Amino acid sequence: MTTTTPLAPKAGRLPGGRRRFTAARPAAGFVAAALVLFAVAPLALSDFRLGLLAKYLCTAIVAVGICLAWGRGGLLTLGQGVFFGLGGYAMAMHLKIADAGPGHVPDFMQLYGTATELPWWWRPFANPVFAIAATVLLPMAVAAILGSFIFRRRVKGAYFAILSQALAAAFAIWLVGQQATTGGTNGLTDIQGFFGYDLNDPVNQRMVYFVIAAVLLLLIALARQLMHSRYGELLVAVRDSEERVRFLGYDPANVKLVAYVVAAGMAGLAGALFVPAVGIISPALVGIVPSIELVIGAAVGGRASLTGAVLGAIGVAWARTALSEEFPAAWTYFQGLLFIVALAFLPGGLASLAAIVKRRRRNQGLSGDTA
Amino acid sequence: MTDFTDSAGLEIRELRVTFDGFTAVDGVDLDVRPGDLRFLIGPNGAGKTTLVDAVTGLVRATGSVRFAGADLLGRSVHRIARSGIGRTFQTAAVFEELTVLQNLDIAAGAGRGALTMLRRRRGVPESVARALETVGLTGLADSPAGTLAHGQKQWLEIGMLLVQDVRLLLLDEPVAGMSQDERQATGELLQRISGERTVVVIEHDMDFMRSFARSVSVLHAGRVLSEGTVAEVQADPRVQEVYLGHTRTEDTSAAVPGPTAVQEA
Repeated sequence: MTTTTPLAPKAGRLPGGRRRFTAARPAAGFVAAALVLFAVAPLALSDFRLGLLAKYLCTAIVAVGICLAWGRGGLLTLGQGVFFGLGGYAMAMHLKIADAGPGHVPDFMQLYGTATELPWWWRPFANPVFAIAATVLLPMAVAAILGSFIFRRRVKGAYFAILSQALAAAFAIWLVGQQATTGGTNGLTDIQGFFGYDLNDPVNQRMVYFVIAAVLLLLIALARQLMHSRYGELLVAVRDSEERVRFLGYDPANVKLVAYVVAAGMAGLAGALFVPAVGIISPALVGIVPSIELVIGAAVGGRASLTGAVLGAIGVAWARTALSEEFPAAWTYFQGLLFIVALAFLPGGLASLAAIVKRRRRNQGLSGDTA
Repeated sequence: MTDFTDSAGLEIRELRVTFDGFTAVDGVDLDVRPGDLRFLIGPNGAGKTTLVDAVTGLVRATGSVRFAGADLLGRSVHRIARSGIGRTFQTAAVFEELTVLQNLDIAAGAGRGALTMLRRRRGVPESVARALETVGLTGLADSPAGTLAHGQKQWLEIGMLLVQDVRLLLLDEPVAGMSQDERQATGELLQRISGERTVVVIEHDMDFMRSFARSVSVLHAGRVLSEGTVAEVQADPRVQEVYLGHTRTEDTSAAVPGPTAVQEA
């Protein structure tokens, strides 16, 4: 055991001097990601494939939030579908109203309901500013209310995950039940325009892709800033030892709440962007299964690493499309297996693989030297 | 140095903690003067840790606990911490994945505003640098706390209490598992810290207690059995009885704060 006695402080390098590494590399990574998203992908991919990528990037945006809340905060957010859905529906409601035009109600309402005018809670969404703000603020408000109950009652671990799942299920079931106002099982479909732009036009589809890519990069930068701030350090401390943090005079409930609310806002924005990219939002996209899928990407890629979580989310979403076309029945099993394998054998995800290999190699090198 | 009024002392009256009918702390009265280095000793199950748990808000208790003029019972853990009371645990509880510096910076920051929290830490806050120096971890500031040796983790914890700027430190067996040199260093550290702050140490190591305690309280079966200086407590026949009763099979000269020890000291 090394003994540094409290009486004789060891002379050494001054603390806090390791920022040299942390500044340059992520900046280079960021530029590379921007190049791929804004130059390589639009040139290399067909309109159809680019549209799919736009959809995958939406899952990646959710993964940025999951990385913060789960990876750094230890909150297994198995119900992000709720926030994704709130953002998606908020956006879709506005687009449906705009599609219908003034004085008309959206098509499905004429079909299912006898309604000749908008339900009262639809009306504010006719205002584009309100709708856009609501895609982010509504999920954040819901998360704030839920979170303050959940965290003050010290619900954590598996109980938190199960509660999140239950909420996702409840939300999906509620949506299905309100057929006259939410479109029921079908959801809000066949969205034509996006703030005056025709979504059937490939040029406009590209524009949507660029917006999504830009938002993703922006949120990655935001999450990175949060993770490297004092708050980010505190969040990791809460994840690792909540009780200890309490004895330092912090209320861990507030610390977790911030991460949960930010993650919800990101999921909401992702849902809002998903709608023009894919043209639909439905209960099948917000319930238990999609909520789990959103988490799997982050788990496989590496939940504590932004790069890992984002690439994992894109990768798993891509694999889902590729494999479920070939083996539609097997995909669900494969996905479940992937989740279990990642959590059991590689808790840090693929992002931790490099570090593990490096450590192995170094250990081997050391034992080789001594032999 | 701070001006010491009676307000930074700990005053416990009729403290009672009951778990499912079992009374762990049974009417404890305890006064710790400001700047004291008080040792709480007693056989296993005497209620020492439970007493600290009650003071820090971890378990429910009845009676009264006053510190710096404020009643603590019924307050939440983090509010009690903010009123200037810090504690450590039997097993070191540092944030293993964070560096020594980050651990200390978090401990220093409970009063920080939202804007400071959302910015990066630049450089080393002065209180953190001072605490690093005091506990001798300056050279290890950038090491992950998980890689520290056991004794160093305990020092880090004490350092965290220092930057937290608590006026009362409650330490639960801080030298358990430490080497003789480390014990000596820790004891001297505690002596330096006390005076400026009030320190209460739960300890089983009688040699350590004899070397460093300024005053001692002996707990037995949830009550204060004896109180005073080391010599006074060791001379108390009730204390000898309790310790003999519990350590009959052991080498009594080591485990009992008996007369032989007085001669040694």
